[in-house]
Amino acid sequence: MKTFLFCVLVLLAILIAAYLYRVLRGPTIFDRVLGLNGISTKAIILLIVIGIYYERVDMFIDISTGYALLNLVGALAVAKYLEEKGIK
Amino acid sequence: MGILSIIFIVAGLFFLIVGAIGVIRLPDVFSRSHAVSLTDSLGAFLMLVGIALHEGLGINMLKILVVLALLYILNPAITHATVRAALRSGLKPWKKETS
Repeated sequence: MKTFLFCVLVLLAILIAAYLYRVLRGPTIFDRVLGLNGISTKAIILLIVIGIYYERVDMFIDISTGYALLNLVGALAVAKYLEEKGIK
Repeated sequence: MGILSIIFIVAGLFFLIVGAIGVIRLPDVFSRSHAVSLTDSLGAFLMLVGIALHEGLGINMLKILVVLALLYILNPAITHATVRAALRSGLKPWKKETS
């Protein structure tokens, strides 16, 4: 059971690296915003799985909720800003 | 950990891996938005449902479902706003070149 959760953690970290490639290499700024959105989704899941791995899920789920509020609402604000400004 | 939650988590991981491959391989921002929005939402849904099943009834399950609802509201909204911004800024959608 522990081994399975550890494999899930490593796989999620590799997926975050894949999204990070898109954030660094993205041709336009919209690619970078989309990549950040994907990274924040993965990080939320990663935090909850870490909480289950260490059997402290009641603490890590609160951290994950805060991370979701900060990062997803922040990404939404950046997207709305780009939409109104209309970057060429 | 029940067998049902393991099935849900593995299915969610499958969709997350497909989304990551799509983000690397697809050609432009409009097609990449499908990989980020659709497969990511489904994969996160399956994984969080599997984790909630593992936790069992209680306050932790309720909190996990709150996070799931946040993800499900905000993830498509972010993708929609980003893609609309890309469209308004004059990016042309990618087309296959016919030689």
